[in-house]
Amino acid sequence: MNVGAWLIWGFAATVVLTTLMAGSQAANLTRMNLPYLLGTMVTPSRDKAKVLGIVMHLVNGWVFSLVYVLAFHQLGVATWWWGATVGFVHGAFVIAVAFPALPGIHPRMASETRGPTVVRHLEPPGFLGRHYGMRTPVSVLLSHLVYGGILGAFYPLG
Amino acid sequence: MSDARIADYAPIGDGRSLALVSRTGSIDWLCWPRLDSPSLFASLLDPAAGHWSIRPAGALQPRRRYLPETNVLQTDWEGPDGALEVTDWMAAATEAEKRRRLWPEHALVRRVRCGRGPLEVIVEFAPRPAYGKAPRWTRGEGSMRRVEAGGGLLVLQSDRTLVADGERARLVLRPGEQCCFLLTWASEAPAVLPPPESFAEDALALTTTWWRTWAGRMRYDGPWRALVLRSALAVKLLTFAPSGAIAAAGTTSLPERLGGDLNWDYRFCWVRDASLTVRALLSLGYEAEADAFVSWMLHATRLTRPEMKVLYDLYGREPPAEYELPWAGFRGSRPVRINNGASDQLQLDSYGEVIDAVAQLVRIGREVDGETNRMLGDFGSFVCRNWERPDSGIWEPREPLQHYSHSKVLCWVALERLLELQDRGSLRRLPVERFRQNRDQLAATIRGRAWSPSLGSYVQTLGGSRLDASSLLFSWYGFEDARSERMRGTAAALLERLSPAPGLLYRYDQSIEAGEGAFAICSFWFAEYLARGGGSLQAAEQMFAMAARFANDLGLLSEEIEPRSGELLGNFPQAFSHIGLISAALAIEERRRQTARRAAEVAR
Repeated sequence: MNVGAWLIWGFAATVVLTTLMAGSQAANLTRMNLPYLLGTMVTPSRDKAKVLGIVMHLVNGWVFSLVYVLAFHQLGVATWWWGATVGFVHGAFVIAVAFPALPGIHPRMASETRGPTVVRHLEPPGFLGRHYGMRTPVSVLLSHLVYGGILGAFYPLG
Repeated sequence: MSDARIADYAPIGDGRSLALVSRTGSIDWLCWPRLDSPSLFASLLDPAAGHWSIRPAGALQPRRRYLPETNVLQTDWEGPDGALEVTDWMAAATEAEKRRRLWPEHALVRRVRCGRGPLEVIVEFAPRPAYGKAPRWTRGEGSMRRVEAGGGLLVLQSDRTLVADGERARLVLRPGEQCCFLLTWASEAPAVLPPPESFAEDALALTTTWWRTWAGRMRYDGPWRALVLRSALAVKLLTFAPSGAIAAAGTTSLPERLGGDLNWDYRFCWVRDASLTVRALLSLGYEAEADAFVSWMLHATRLTRPEMKVLYDLYGREPPAEYELPWAGFRGSRPVRINNGASDQLQLDSYGEVIDAVAQLVRIGREVDGETNRMLGDFGSFVCRNWERPDSGIWEPREPLQHYSHSKVLCWVALERLLELQDRGSLRRLPVERFRQNRDQLAATIRGRAWSPSLGSYVQTLGGSRLDASSLLFSWYGFEDARSERMRGTAAALLERLSPAPGLLYRYDQSIEAGEGAFAICSFWFAEYLARGGGSLQAAEQMFAMAARFANDLGLLSEEIEPRSGELLGNFPQAFSHIGLISAALAIEERRRQTARRAAEVAR
């Protein structure tokens, strides 16, 4: 495995992913602010959460890119389309499986079954993240496609 | 056609969904899993749209009440042949309690107890999922019935084996005997199906404890405590706990005019209700609910800012397109509409409402983060760019846009509050000079063109001649002192032209032409205006008492009141009417305390 290339391209792909998701928010495709979502796991302060969340997301992205790299080595293929395919599966897993499970692990997120007790909580994302805007799944899938595509295109197998 | 009245219904709920139980023991409205989901029971709007009734076979008379300080409904049937008690509730508990048990996603319990008898009880279970459209895959007999309903499973269990003839079953209860029915909803398999009897006892204890604990937090202790608490409990039933949103009402298409077409879907959240709602919740001591509501509101408006939609769904999304169902409607009032087409209107008053709601939280110490700071600044700039445009106004008529006076006042409120928050240091980097100029222009426009010297009153539109009860709010928002000559003139004109009966007020002149009912909240606005200095304490109390007598036997209100019969009209229960009642009661209490303080000072 080429550790240097993994570190560089894992970081680059994560930066692009984070930027694309922030761009989707700015373009009103989704209300989801991923750094905020992650950061509020450790602090209730919105402003601090965003900063901490960016760090957490960069680390996450790096760690996940290792899985991609291992998959490339295992299959002996590292192309943009293969990376994008892994990215699609990754994105689909996030919106279909991880999002609905998030209220179970996020200490400041309400669940769909909360009530009647009301606390100022983060709304649950729901299946495919649609509670954060109907186009949220599009934004997540596209960002992950690009993330995987970058890793596949630039990570050298040899 | 049913001759049921809206006042005959009583809501029960669990902070996510709501059911309406009729005086005669029929659940004629239930939407699961959320209160804006397609209905499972809707015979309220069409006899064939599903119901679940439990009633004695003999000629017994029902009398109902809520268990004290709860949303648990009890109907007592009495007659020469026997006595039957039916208790209806949706299971509620703290999150900690729910974690300790395997708790169904939604559970509606009906416990039937025979006091005197024996009595034959008729049970009709006729669910019609997805507004009656979904295929009804029904299985089971005896003590359990399963219905595949869209994406979920509806299961009815009882602790007795019932012999059913189609959708109707009969059972005989002897004195001291009881039968528990448990209706649960599961969107995931395996469904949680607790034994009905033990679950019912456990859930009743937890549910009453939950509601009483919540009710115990209420700070108001004035003479209308029971009414105010019932209003608070009704608003709580309309609060969607997972997001903090508060729905305008629990139903769709209950008519504003019997037999007419003023039938709208109110299971959405109107941004406009923000300021009055937050003030009422905060004053009553329900800070968590106020906090969650404002948080939902800021979250909901995120996708469209700086422009705001008029209404959003419970998760802050834009509602899907409005459509009509081919149903008979409540007492022939058609069409039955699903979703609400008003969402695309321009209603400039919403901006003032949202900003004022945030300002109220800031005044009690909440901090504004950077993103909210930017959002509020953007709202202010939007107001500066758009306040000269006509809009649809607070009553959102589906007519050409107008320059509504109330909307202009709320635009003034938006800029005034932003400048206040900037002065307090709670907001930063606002274009203060621009906001100040626009605020002053707004004030001059309102004072010059929203006032009619010939009528001696504020009027509905700039340069217009129609009256509008929303003018009463000008003093509520601090635009005009309630004791001012202008406000007194406005109040007198409103009373003369818009009051069809003591304690009632139409919302505007057009109501009379349209044949719609008097607007419940307008009566409470009037009482509050009097309490804030527009009249004497006694006059305020009198107005409040006269308006409150139109609530049903349980203390619940819909949107409007038919002036001749006193019948409730419009969607039910209606949050805005109850918010108005709470706000007026609080203002009267404040006035009473001020009066008592002054009397004590004079005595010293």
